[in-house]
Amino acid sequence: MARIRTTVDGLVYEDDVEPRMLLVQYLRERLGKTGTVIGCDTSNCGACTVHLDGLSVKSCSVLAVQANGSEVLTVEGLERDGQLHPVQQAFHDNHALQCGYCTPGMIMQSIDLLGDNPDPTEQEVREGIEGNLCRCTGYQNIVRAVQDAAQKMKPGATASQPASVAGGGA
Amino acid sequence: MKPFTYARPSEASEAVAALAADPDARFLAGGTNLLDHLKLGVVEPSQLVDVNRVTSTAIEDLPDGGLRIGAGVPNSDLAADPRVRERYPAVAAAILAGASGQLRNMASTGGNLLQRTRCVYFADPTTPCTKRDLSQGCSAREGWARYHAILGTAADGCIATHPSDLAVALVAVDAQVQVLGPDGARTIPIGELHRLPGDDPTRDTVLAHGDLITAVDLPAPTPAVRNSTYRKVRDRASYAFALVSAAVALEVRDGTVADVRIALGGVAHKPWRATVAEAALRGRPATDDEFRAAIAAELDAAEPVRSPLGGNTFKLPLVTGTVVSTLRGLAGGTA
Amino acid sequence: MTTMDARSMGTSVRRIEGPDKVTGTATYAGDSVADGTLVLHPVQAGVARGEITAIDTAAAQALPGVVAVLTHRDAPTLGDTGDPEHRVLQGTTIHHRGQYVAAVLAEHAEVAAEAARLVVVTVDENPSTTGFDPDAQAYTPSALANGQPPDSGVGDPDAALAAAPVVVRASYATPMEHHNPMEPHTTTATWVDGRIEVFEATQGVESSRQTLATLFDAEVVVHASHVGGGFGSKGLHAGTVLAVLAARTVPGRPVRFALGRRQMFETVGYRPATVQHMALGASRDGRLEVVTHDVVGATARYKEFVEPAGGSTRSMYAAPHRRTSHRAVPLDLDGPTYMRGPGEAPGSFGLECAMDELAVALDLDPIDLRVRNEPEVHPENGLPFSSRGLVECLHAGAERFGWSSWDRTPRRRLVDGWWHGVGVGCGTFPTLRFPGSAAEITFTGGRYVVAIGAADIGQGARTVLTQIAADALGVDVGSITVEIGSTQVPVGSIAGGSAGTASWGSTVVEAADRFRDKYGENPDDGDHADAATPDNPWAGEYAMAAYCAQFAEVAVHADTGEIRVPRLLGMFGVGRILNPTLGRSQLQGGMVWGLSMALHEESVVDPRFGEVINHDFAGYHVASNADVRVVEAEWIDEDDPYINPMGAKGIGEIGIVGVSAAIANAAYHATGVRVRSLPITCDDFLTSGLL
Repeated sequence: MARIRTTVDGLVYEDDVEPRMLLVQYLRERLGKTGTVIGCDTSNCGACTVHLDGLSVKSCSVLAVQANGSEVLTVEGLERDGQLHPVQQAFHDNHALQCGYCTPGMIMQSIDLLGDNPDPTEQEVREGIEGNLCRCTGYQNIVRAVQDAAQKMKPGATASQPASVAGGGA
Repeated sequence: MKPFTYARPSEASEAVAALAADPDARFLAGGTNLLDHLKLGVVEPSQLVDVNRVTSTAIEDLPDGGLRIGAGVPNSDLAADPRVRERYPAVAAAILAGASGQLRNMASTGGNLLQRTRCVYFADPTTPCTKRDLSQGCSAREGWARYHAILGTAADGCIATHPSDLAVALVAVDAQVQVLGPDGARTIPIGELHRLPGDDPTRDTVLAHGDLITAVDLPAPTPAVRNSTYRKVRDRASYAFALVSAAVALEVRDGTVADVRIALGGVAHKPWRATVAEAALRGRPATDDEFRAAIAAELDAAEPVRSPLGGNTFKLPLVTGTVVSTLRGLAGGTA
Repeated sequence: MTTMDARSMGTSVRRIEGPDKVTGTATYAGDSVADGTLVLHPVQAGVARGEITAIDTAAAQALPGVVAVLTHRDAPTLGDTGDPEHRVLQGTTIHHRGQYVAAVLAEHAEVAAEAARLVVVTVDENPSTTGFDPDAQAYTPSALANGQPPDSGVGDPDAALAAAPVVVRASYATPMEHHNPMEPHTTTATWVDGRIEVFEATQGVESSRQTLATLFDAEVVVHASHVGGGFGSKGLHAGTVLAVLAARTVPGRPVRFALGRRQMFETVGYRPATVQHMALGASRDGRLEVVTHDVVGATARYKEFVEPAGGSTRSMYAAPHRRTSHRAVPLDLDGPTYMRGPGEAPGSFGLECAMDELAVALDLDPIDLRVRNEPEVHPENGLPFSSRGLVECLHAGAERFGWSSWDRTPRRRLVDGWWHGVGVGCGTFPTLRFPGSAAEITFTGGRYVVAIGAADIGQGARTVLTQIAADALGVDVGSITVEIGSTQVPVGSIAGGSAGTASWGSTVVEAADRFRDKYGENPDDGDHADAATPDNPWAGEYAMAAYCAQFAEVAVHADTGEIRVPRLLGMFGVGRILNPTLGRSQLQGGMVWGLSMALHEESVVDPRFGEVINHDFAGYHVASNADVRVVEAEWIDEDDPYINPMGAKGIGEIGIVGVSAAIANAAYHATGVRVRSLPITCDDFLTSGLL
């Protein structure tokens, strides 16, 4: 057993874990953070994406002990004062999901992308979130949502109405 | 996976000593490849020695105009570094062509070079694999060999390819690898780091147990290296391992090839420096016909696999098309 | 006969559970983390065929944290569902690699996985056949997977082929493919006092309940609030049976079994490989005299499933002489199953590529060829069509796509080192309504609570049923609460066959009509009405189906043979689109499945080991984000009063149909290379000698 201390979604946790425990298992089984899901267990699908010290990682490919002393942010920690994060809001506004299973990972990776590139082109979005697979939507509305969020997150942008709603209407 | 212990030393020498003391211990850097192998049962270490605190995460200028990249530099930082992008465009492009944003955030420079083949038989412990176990044969030769080697293979032996994109680009720019081992520090030219399978395909590199990569040095960029790129051909538009890749650097003067570097990925057990093609091109006109003839000379030694599940003979025209197209693009034409 | 008035239907009501899904609070089958939950890890057969002679569980049982190890020795006898896949741990015979032969229950996932590796299974191996050889001994199945007869025919096709002025004969191959929904199949089961409660990743809570009740002779409750995709794979598979068997050994404790991705390549079904021998004979002016579509497909030896790949050829085009046939080659693999567009998706590759080849042979625009062969009535059974938008889709799609601006001569457009071309492929998918649902509407607290055991696997059932109920009751969507996803509400049929919305929606409309008949416009609190799925009075009177025309632009790199699809346009004749935002997403998603099928997907069985060897997302490619460029889904106005009260044809599957043919035909147009085997990859062009 190894003692680890992590900050997850703003709260500090201390736990004894086996070194072989994956971060995603720690989040789900120990902390009950089931918003982060497992899609492939071989670091290919991106569904388990969380942020580790501010950078996106696939939590199925990180040991819980590697997160010792680090800050972890999951999809469950994005809301602020009851307000969705702009990327969450954009995914809802643009209908960038169907079954929703890839959605938490998509959102976490999109936030990472927008941190590096606040105004990505369509192609830059497609490549920036290349490691997240979606089997339902065909990706179209996901790309639209990330670009919509980028506009909303620009300094001075108002975060009121969705700029675009897929297919028109709301 | 089997239980293992975990250590996180604060000095490189401690990490090296920890491995030297335990033949079943492994270094853990980003873990992006190792963890998959733990889960799949491909490796079963007794101990993981986390080297994240012991290797540099800095990219430093060297006096000669080159760069020293700490082994702990994440792939994403390396690709984003303006000096790398400007002086060694093939290196930055190669990193961005590999894996995904999440893995590049986690994966280290040293670990990238030491990732293991993605041969499906290697990754499936229920199938024989001579790379996992010398006493077994190669399953890929009569199996799904689409991603496998055509150059530098040994008769009936391992036909795995090395999966790193970064390594291919580093071979093209003649990087030097700094290593700390149980007997001290040494420098290995990148072209000599990775091995051909020969009679021991279990060994990907010349490193011994306990050898830790501490840094990678890039020599001062030549005009050709400044005019370099990385071209990766794969079965998806992005996010897939290479069928064939090429790191190519080219300097053309007065329509003549003054300098050229060609390193190939996806074709051999190691990043393949196409020295035959390079020699054939130097001093020759920079034309499609010359490019084609040069790469044909390189491929004289190729031995593609014909397998009932689809071999890889298509890699011969694919290597040719990839290299010719890339050279043409660097020479100012349509890639 | 008219369709019902629409106020909410046809508008883009926002997805009801969208906020839950973007915050990670939508719960899937594996998200129950109740204290004391045990984790199951299976032990699977390492050979394709054989008899178990011994199982040694001692080492596994000795591992700290292991609670139980199950084998066939101590499993109870299960009831018979008629499906061999459900006979889990019922004997010693191994039918396929990956079959469950034991299971470990442990406190933690890591321990369960480690213990499962310690179980030693000794097997007498028998010879097996797992590689598909279309020339191997095949048999004639009694029925196709959709219940249709294996063969059909009109006239004398062989004589017609001999006499036809222009004949195209070619064979087309489609590989084994796996659904790979993003959520792996997961069961969380608890057994208490002879009652089983299951949180299940399923396309049908009621069908799962019935199966488990038959197997275990127990009261069963099944929940599926949210399901992470299905695409046909989330029927009830052996893993669920194994999880409930395990739960039975630890009464009161939840047992969770979440499949790993590799297990999804050997235990939850797949689309079987086909080889399709096509022959088309036509007059010189492009009238089809004869169409034959002879399919050889893989099936499993222990569980028959025959992909109805020739099915849609029975209705697509007019021709006086016609034949379809299906033959099956049995393999020692797990059972194939329905996968998005079962039959139609692979079958349209054969038929629509052959039509393209015929158009080339006739020097005719492929759109004109199809228009010339539009049937007036169903060409085999003579029924009139309730509506048939194929020709309108072709014309509207061609217009929007800019089809006429392209020279039909292959290999004409080279742009920046890439050969560009365009192609078209068409398709159909039957419009079905499943019987057996029931809906209940209760007026409570000023709201109408509409309960039906539907499954939302991502298509948006909650949202669309809310719209249907609102219009049927004549109220705003804000007055409706829909309760689905559990057997604790009235029964619902499966989310499958592109028939979920039609089946549940027809039932909800019926219940709403009864509610209004009973209580008028001003009900009292607690008033309620229910209804079963009404029969469609027009069934058997009309042929009912959705149609599409798919257009693709393809680019092939002149040096490397890399293939890309810069543009896809699907034009659909699918009746009324109930929610344009959700519907468009469904159709686009289907089209990207078609793209993925065309360029990427192939499960490679290595017959030496009896398994799919590329069994993860690194080896089995599905389309990634950058593979997709412009994908447009549009539809024609189509009012079909005969199919259901909403006038809506199913759209879950029609999106994929015809896409792979459109891409293959465009690749031919771009390069002059005709690829007749999927997936289409760079090697097809590199080895053609044409680059």
